[in-house]
Amino acid sequence: MPKDNGIGASPKRREDVRFLTGRGQYTDDIKLKNQCQAMFVRSQVANGVIKSIDTSVAAGMPGVLAIFTGEDFTEVGGNPAGWLINSRDGEPMKEPKRPVLAHGKVRHVGDAYAAVIAETHEQALDAAEAIDADIDELPAVIDMADALANTDNLVHDEIETNQCFDWGWIEDNRAATDEAIKNAPHVTTLELVNNRLVPNAMETRASTGDYNPGTGDYTLYTTSQNPHLTRLLISAFVMGIPENKLTIIAPDVGGGFGSKIYHYGEEALVLAASKKLGRPVAWTATRSEAFLTDAHGRDHKTTIELATDKEGNFLAIRTSTLANVGAYLSNFSTVTPTFLHGTVISGNYTVPHIYVNLKAVFTNTAPVDAYRGAGRPEATYSVERVIDKCARELGMSPLEIRRKNFIKKEQFPFATAAGLEYDSGDYHALVDKLEEIADFKGFAARKAESASRGLLRGLGVNTYVEACGLAPSNLAGVLGARVGLFEAATVRVNATGNISVMTGSHSHGQGHETVFPQLVADMLGMSADDIDIVHGDTSKIPFGMGTYGSRSMSVGGSAIVKATEKIIDKASKIAAHMMEAGEGDIEFNDGVFSVTGTDKSVSFPEVAFKAYVPHDYPHDKLEPGLEETAFYDPANFTYPSGAYACEVEVDPETGKVTVCSMAAADDVGNVINPMIVEGQIQGGLGQGIGQALVENCVYNDDGQLLTGSYMDYTMPRADDLPFFTTDQTTLTPCTHNPLGAKGCGEAGAIGSPPTVINAVVDALSDLGVTHIDMPASPARVWAAIQAAS
Amino acid sequence: MSSISMTVNGKTVSGEVEGRTLLSQFLREDLLLTGTHIGCDTSQCGACSVHVDGKLVKGCTMLAVEADGAAVTTIEGMANEDGSLSIIQAAFQEHHGLQCGFCTPGMVMATDSLLKSNSDPSEAEIRKHLSGNICRCTGYHNIIKSIQAAASQLG
Repeated sequence: MPKDNGIGASPKRREDVRFLTGRGQYTDDIKLKNQCQAMFVRSQVANGVIKSIDTSVAAGMPGVLAIFTGEDFTEVGGNPAGWLINSRDGEPMKEPKRPVLAHGKVRHVGDAYAAVIAETHEQALDAAEAIDADIDELPAVIDMADALANTDNLVHDEIETNQCFDWGWIEDNRAATDEAIKNAPHVTTLELVNNRLVPNAMETRASTGDYNPGTGDYTLYTTSQNPHLTRLLISAFVMGIPENKLTIIAPDVGGGFGSKIYHYGEEALVLAASKKLGRPVAWTATRSEAFLTDAHGRDHKTTIELATDKEGNFLAIRTSTLANVGAYLSNFSTVTPTFLHGTVISGNYTVPHIYVNLKAVFTNTAPVDAYRGAGRPEATYSVERVIDKCARELGMSPLEIRRKNFIKKEQFPFATAAGLEYDSGDYHALVDKLEEIADFKGFAARKAESASRGLLRGLGVNTYVEACGLAPSNLAGVLGARVGLFEAATVRVNATGNISVMTGSHSHGQGHETVFPQLVADMLGMSADDIDIVHGDTSKIPFGMGTYGSRSMSVGGSAIVKATEKIIDKASKIAAHMMEAGEGDIEFNDGVFSVTGTDKSVSFPEVAFKAYVPHDYPHDKLEPGLEETAFYDPANFTYPSGAYACEVEVDPETGKVTVCSMAAADDVGNVINPMIVEGQIQGGLGQGIGQALVENCVYNDDGQLLTGSYMDYTMPRADDLPFFTTDQTTLTPCTHNPLGAKGCGEAGAIGSPPTVINAVVDALSDLGVTHIDMPASPARVWAAIQAAS
Repeated sequence: MSSISMTVNGKTVSGEVEGRTLLSQFLREDLLLTGTHIGCDTSQCGACSVHVDGKLVKGCTMLAVEADGAAVTTIEGMANEDGSLSIIQAAFQEHHGLQCGFCTPGMVMATDSLLKSNSDPSEAEIRKHLSGNICRCTGYHNIIKSIQAAASQLG
């Protein structure tokens, strides 16, 4: 068997050659014959009534082909939220319509209310500037507490308040949790902010609509993490284009991080415009548009209370959170702060009583939705920060209090008070591994050395567990999902023995084209070089729910395994026919079918050839061809976990924080390609450190985005980050999928922010600092030092 | 509109451009050299980095008319003459120095520029040199490793 490129190997990525030579095909690289350009006209105010839109001058400008306003889309549907959340009183959440183009009102800076189609980009730009809209500006709803308190000023007039829902998890646990906290010997309380972030995939969103008047077929090239989901949303909810007349192609996609899960109005607009003009219509966001209109991430304000006994045993956790959903409900915006957040508040610990209250609030800001980690970073940050504070209050070490409360290895499967059943894990082993790779013993010496240079050194630790591998359908359904959550794959064995695998997972940096063939190669005993992956085109693959929630390997990979098992099953029947043996006597090992107890054998390529040249087939028993499809829907989420450590140096004169080291011990279950897993962890660490130290999305009271470009929104750069120390050798396989894989895409972004802040607070703890909000910018750290001293 | 001509990846090209057309736009829209990517509109991200007369330039900081008569190299001109990956490109593949690939052309152009001026850069020098190129996928870890490997091979 070719172990060099099967499961557990790290072959070089085959997609790299085209990316390294400039031959990738991202959406904006596809130039269709006769295509014209769309340009959107966007609100410059956060809240306002559209009195009139004068398009007459623009319509007469050179090259202008068509102009659209919200008036043109009053007959089509709204872009829906994918999950229905009920409030504590049983009332369903408020769901205001999210139109293709704003109509009647604009609700955030960047909200598009018109679009111009012209021959060239420059002509569209010039005409867009000539559109004259009379918009009466209203006071902006920005601060979440104010938004809930003030019902005179509404984001959506048809709703009586700015509250989307008031959710309790689990409502039946509320009284017992309150009682446990009331009676607890010790309660640690912490108020914290999970800072609003802009995802910033390096490729901005882009869409090209191509309607064929000859066939009535629509094709949409778009920057999507889940082309079938986009098709479903456009077909069933927004435009009513039949699914069989709409093809979505998401070619090479330059990063997503959640922001490209969702359907956006620009996609509907270019399709409608192409239909009207009979020509392809293309649009690519500028980075400024991306800042204003991509779904943002996080933006929680939380109060968390941790009740313990005097020995540090956890008794209860209660949280109260305001979550910003922005001006409209993006597709995953209601599940992210609820089930992806409240269910993991138990962390890695036995906590007898848990109650989570979360109010989702409309504001005049861009929609907020799932961003790498999606709810789980917010939960982990709250829990791990309050544990650190509690440990200091009780005089315990951060590791001691965690070890004391960990769910023990022998307790799995473990049902938490937050409603999940973790299948496997070994948190004590992870922390043991962390102590080894992070050299805790040498910290005192390093701290002294930093002090000799006038710098304050801190060591922060953190553990996390996440619920990911998003699926299964039945659990998602119970939690309010309006779609299923499974994955599909087709394995097509060609007559000459090579293989095409169609997967519903979508790769936008994850390396699926390299790693998925490793699965099939391993199972069929052939070279991965003879296996290709097809993804990102709804006309070529059976179905797919796409890539997010660290689900590609655990759900998408499992679907490929299931389809390959069907291939082996059918191929065994063909082999039995070829060798004139009973099906029960056929063995398959290392790519060879043999008859038990004989020297008869046929190779996999011989069987494949026979499948397509069935001259002597018993047609009552065997169909020609060798192609199988499987839909895989697992039994549970997966539960990756990890233990992280970070060392920082703080310059007390300037407040600048330098990350000296970051160590991550992760249990992502079985690892298919160590190189790619490590790369995913490293990328998540970079983003998490970015959130902790430099990234912050800020609106002023008028709703103007103050951080609307890379000059104002700080992205982590190469000289902001250290080399990382990572380890994935402490593994407990997932117990319910055939690969034992748990997922690795979000881990780093979930585990690292509290680790960094715990380290910063540790560095400043001698000064009396007990908390600092993210991002721990030099100004904030300096101010905290001054306030403490 | 202005008539311009320049050498791009060793070939003479010409075109008619508006005064406001950026070099990065000209390369992508007129020459269809779409390997040069546009990741921002404030000259911060470095995805459009190219070489103009041997110097590392962000293609969005230069008007196409300013490049009239210049010799430009883009990512499409960085492989070996036989089409195989250059030492720098191969090092990025070997060390998993790219994920989504969007910032990658700029990273390769920046690396080539660094190693031509400093054949043995320290980690700090590499990180400082790359501070004008944003990657959102990798946390830079494997990009730095790739560049160190390329430097030792080219050394």
